[in-house]
Amino acid sequence: MKVHEAGRKQGPSMMWRLYKSIERGIVPVLLIVGWEVFSRSGILPRALLPAPSQVLIAWADWVFATDGNTQSYSGHWLFDVAASSFRVFSGFALAAVLGIGAGMAIGWSRTVENLFEPVLQILRPVPPVSWIPLAIIWFGIADKPAIFLVFMGSFFPVLLSTIHGVKNCDRNLLRAGAMTGGTPSKLLRYIVFPAALPSIFSGLRIAIGSAWMLTVTAEMVAVKSGVGYVLWDSYYFLRYDIVIASMVSIGLLGFLSDYVIKRVGAYLLRWQRGSTLQKEG
Amino acid sequence: MALITIDRVSRIFDDPKRPNGIRALDNVSLTVARNEFLCLLGPSGCGKSTLLNMIAGFDHPTEGAVTVGGQPVTAPGADRGVVFQQANLMPWLPVWENVAFHLKMRGVGKDIRREKAHKFIEMVGLKGFENHFPSELSGGMNQRVGIARALLMNPEVILMDEPFGALDEQTKMDMHAELIRIWRESQSTIVFVTHGIDESLALGTHVAVMSARPGRIRELLPIDLERPRDPTSKVFNDYKRHILSLLRPEPVGEAI
Repeated sequence: MKVHEAGRKQGPSMMWRLYKSIERGIVPVLLIVGWEVFSRSGILPRALLPAPSQVLIAWADWVFATDGNTQSYSGHWLFDVAASSFRVFSGFALAAVLGIGAGMAIGWSRTVENLFEPVLQILRPVPPVSWIPLAIIWFGIADKPAIFLVFMGSFFPVLLSTIHGVKNCDRNLLRAGAMTGGTPSKLLRYIVFPAALPSIFSGLRIAIGSAWMLTVTAEMVAVKSGVGYVLWDSYYFLRYDIVIASMVSIGLLGFLSDYVIKRVGAYLLRWQRGSTLQKEG
Repeated sequence: MALITIDRVSRIFDDPKRPNGIRALDNVSLTVARNEFLCLLGPSGCGKSTLLNMIAGFDHPTEGAVTVGGQPVTAPGADRGVVFQQANLMPWLPVWENVAFHLKMRGVGKDIRREKAHKFIEMVGLKGFENHFPSELSGGMNQRVGIARALLMNPEVILMDEPFGALDEQTKMDMHAELIRIWRESQSTIVFVTHGIDESLALGTHVAVMSARPGRIRELLPIDLERPRDPTSKVFNDYKRHILSLLRPEPVGEAI
């Protein structure tokens, strides 16, 4: 359709339009073609760097059970994805609810802040991954340690951005709210929370990133299912094509969940559209 | 009968550089009767906004007392509607939700809120903009939303803190006419802070001329002018000349 439209225009304009329509695809296609060629050239043993075509064949079998080349994983992709997504979602939801709740309390009340800030400041720099040993001895080998790790990784981004959002709430809006007869709890719900929402959403987007990171890490070490487990298990069986298929799967899932949060945020924060330069959230 | 009484009010702000602090208001006494339109006029730093904030309940006197309707003012409340210098609307709420914000605070349902808001949106001339967000409206329109929000509470007093300061001259004049119409229609009492002499003379039934450092009331002038007021008329300019003489550092003539 684009080409047809351009056909009515003069030469340079048509070429330019054609170029523009494929501009974003050029580098990815070149990379994949280059990878395929390099992998087939035999410079590296093919087993060490599987070609994209080989990854695709392994992936197809993992998803649709096409030829059984992935053996026990054949046709199992959806279960693995569901298992990982469940852990991400549980830990993330828990972190979101508690992070927003605690963040509102800390941002709003100086007393709560003084009571809890020191503890949180000490816990925050501890890398979430370093909780793995304790997570395993406390929760065993199943969903729970993974959910716990995801929570540890997502909680602080949500908490800190919520505190930031609450503290940056325009004082004048609170005065306007008090003038209309709002009690503190109503002001918190109808003014402070919506005012902090843009900041909360940027925290949620950071959190979903670390949620996937920690699910995969947990699955490599402490869980016997999920995309991260497939990735690590395939490594032991020297199936690097499945390793790469897992990596791409995780990338896609991460992208997708971030996209969902982005869309929800864009809808809830649609009132910002007129005041900022960005056209799409 | 006085609706607002300001009785020997002083306000001293702490200042680390001065041991005695800054005396923003010094022994100010003033009364406003029901249905009056009082303009507080004075240079920056004369404490006119501080005085307004005390009536609103955002600030408290160091000495003296402020009462509205016989009740001492302790905190902000819906009996005193404030229209701020910046409209201070909730940017995430459409116009009608902002106008009916007071009802939301009281837990009134959506249908009734919408219906109530409609009347006041019409009154300030914003019909058709009910579902717009504040960011989609001009400064003058947002200020109208702020006025509608204050009016909907049906307050005893409407307090306005230089609400048209950020508007251009033409819009400001339109808003003045609107405001006078609304004031008559709603039979409200208005205290209006401004540093514009013309603005105070265009609006007020009374003008309280204030002086700075320390903030005091130089004179409370009843304005006896026909409406609509003509800023080029002789009487208008006589008032203006008198106010100018009051605002000068060394007073020239006291009598009118």
